Amino acid sequence: MRETLFDKVWNRHVVTPETVDTPGVLYVDLHLVHEVTSPQAFSEIEARGLAVRRPDRTFATLDHSTPTLPAGADGERPYVTAAARSQVERLEANCARHGVRLAGWDSDDRGVVHVMGPELGLTRPGMTVVCGDSHTATHGAFGALAFGIGTSEVGHVLATQCLLQRKPKAMRVTVTGRLQPGVSGKDVALAVIARLGFGGGSGHVIEYAGEAVRSLDMEGRMTVCNMSIEAGARAGMIAPDVVTIDWLQGRRHVPKGEAFGRAAADWLTLRSDPGAVFDSEIEIDGAAIRPMATWGTTPDAGSPIGTLVPAPRDASDEKALAYMGFAAGEATTGHPVDVVFVGSCTNGRLPDLRAAAEVLRGRKVSPGVRMLVVPGSEAVRRDAEAEGLDRVFIEAGAEWRLPGCSMCIAMNGDFVAPGQLAVSTSNRNFEGRQGKGARTILASPATAAASAVAGVLRDPRVYLKEAVDA
Amino acid sequence: MPEAFQALTSKAVVLSQANIDTDQIIPARFLTTTSREGLGKAAFYDWRYETDGSPKPEAVLNRIDPAERRILLAGPNFACGSSREHAPWALVDYGFQAVISTSIADIFTSNALKTGLLPIEVNQATWDDLAAFPDQPVTIDLEAGEIRRGNAAPTPFTVELFARRCLLDGVDTLGWLQARLPDIAAWEAAHEMETA
Ligand code: SF4
Repeated sequence: MRETLFDKVWNRHVVTPETVDTPGVLYVDLHLVHEVTSPQAFSEIEARGLAVRRPDRTFATLDHSTPTLPAGADGERPYVTAAARSQVERLEANCARHGVRLAGWDSDDRGVVHVMGPELGLTRPGMTVVCGDSHTATHGAFGALAFGIGTSEVGHVLATQCLLQRKPKAMRVTVTGRLQPGVSGKDVALAVIARLGFGGGSGHVIEYAGEAVRSLDMEGRMTVCNMSIEAGARAGMIAPDVVTIDWLQGRRHVPKGEAFGRAAADWLTLRSDPGAVFDSEIEIDGAAIRPMATWGTTPDAGSPIGTLVPAPRDASDEKALAYMGFAAGEATTGHPVDVVFVGSCTNGRLPDLRAAAEVLRGRKVSPGVRMLVVPGSEAVRRDAEAEGLDRVFIEAGAEWRLPGCSMCIAMNGDFVAPGQLAVSTSNRNFEGRQGKGARTILASPATAAASAVAGVLRDPRVYLKEAVDA
Repeated sequence: MPEAFQALTSKAVVLSQANIDTDQIIPARFLTTTSREGLGKAAFYDWRYETDGSPKPEAVLNRIDPAERRILLAGPNFACGSSREHAPWALVDYGFQAVISTSIADIFTSNALKTGLLPIEVNQATWDDLAAFPDQPVTIDLEAGEIRRGNAAPTPFTVELFARRCLLDGVDTLGWLQARLPDIAAWEAAHEMETA
């Protein structure tokens, strides 16, 4: 039986197989937890008198409701509301009571859950990883099967370390050819989603393959897998290779010495067998991908920067254009940008910040643009500051903040004001996602930085000397 | 323990827009709660209320009696986006007991079933028929797997068999999973070395 990568990882975790009447029981290797989707799950298991079954396979962080401004002189953190504070305190208490490790305020490890997990080596090839968060697919970049679950299921995993699951279908997206200079993982993700459509991956686990995907560094691969849910897919996966193994070696929770060699040899077997059959296959010409930006209020409404907004297909497109203030037949590069956000679990890692800094170095953020740069984790913050990237951002006129989800979801007091136009490196351009009435253009870190400088949406290649459009 | 799902007869609210995402169903700023109660007031909040908190008189959801309309007939790709179970919690607390669409996002479907909100996917013709008669009560019969409207021919629908049993019999899924703990422990004993 020729198996896909997804089959291999799935099969390794089946405790009891599914039948016509019942789903299978699937074992979870790593359960990541954050403050927003866990309190009701802890309450549920406590109401039943249950403990966390495997605290050693559970790891928590604070990211969504956390302020990105430092504590005041009185030591008080500037929470947006008392509810945000009590949500954070609830996770702290739940973790203490159940013996779950928490990367809390005092930890050097704290970060956005999908930035932190891989950084610490908690995420490894062949694992099953779940979190009460739809962007859990990020971890699939390592050849893990990683997907988001709801709060009831968070409770199931806390209590049993397992989930009831029916096996999704498999799709392969092959991105061929060599990416042009100035084209990043984010542009690949937006191009793939534009092709698949917003619900096009529904019911599927996507394996990303092809030369263009292989050419991405781990951070770029995480960006691509991260946005699988924006095509409706449960998960995205990329087969581990030497890039994966080099990235993981030496990380805290990765096996050391001889054990690492054995693990790495096993990881390299995690690839789709030649001739393995997928339920659907899509091929995209990677060499033809240009820096992308969205024009609508769904992540699939994207096109190369500078192309004209298409005519609306239906009432929903019309509503999206009315909300964005864009007209069919125009380029969106003429609208003044109010806010630029660089960060999130999609694009808040070190290479993302480097790409933004490369554009900003020696340049200024346009007057009238507010630019916020939020590192994805404390580790990213440390590394960026060691390289002086924080100075580049601050000298250009951007704000350099503490790690967290921040303006990606606008729960913590960082938001885009009603009617303002934002260029954002996050993953969702839904109405109100970045604040009530906020209008969001999704783009890469380089594009976000170029737009901050230009004051309008701008193709970053105009600022990147080595970039030549073929 | 969830309540068993009773056959439902109600009128529908039609929200025909495609891609109604989870941020529309419940905006993120309401997610700082640590409870699952009382989220009905946050359901479709930005569709229902002005920035100053005053109700929008033209909003459909402000003009109906939720007790009379327990069925949400929604446009395609309903509830795409986040995994927040707050979305079905908010819809149930508002008054909905079923959502009908031509396509419903995977994670939402899983969450809704655990919340006692019945997600039903139908074909476009059925959707159009229901949307044409929103004021005529529709019966959703989960036991028979049928949607019935007046004298029109019943429309069959399917729900994943285990979820259906859980809804009909009020089966507690966590309890069911806990009953598998001996299998889980045996599996762990056999595989621990491999995955540690
Ligand atoms: S950065 Fe955004 S998408 Fe990522 S976990 Fe935080 S809120 Fe979710």
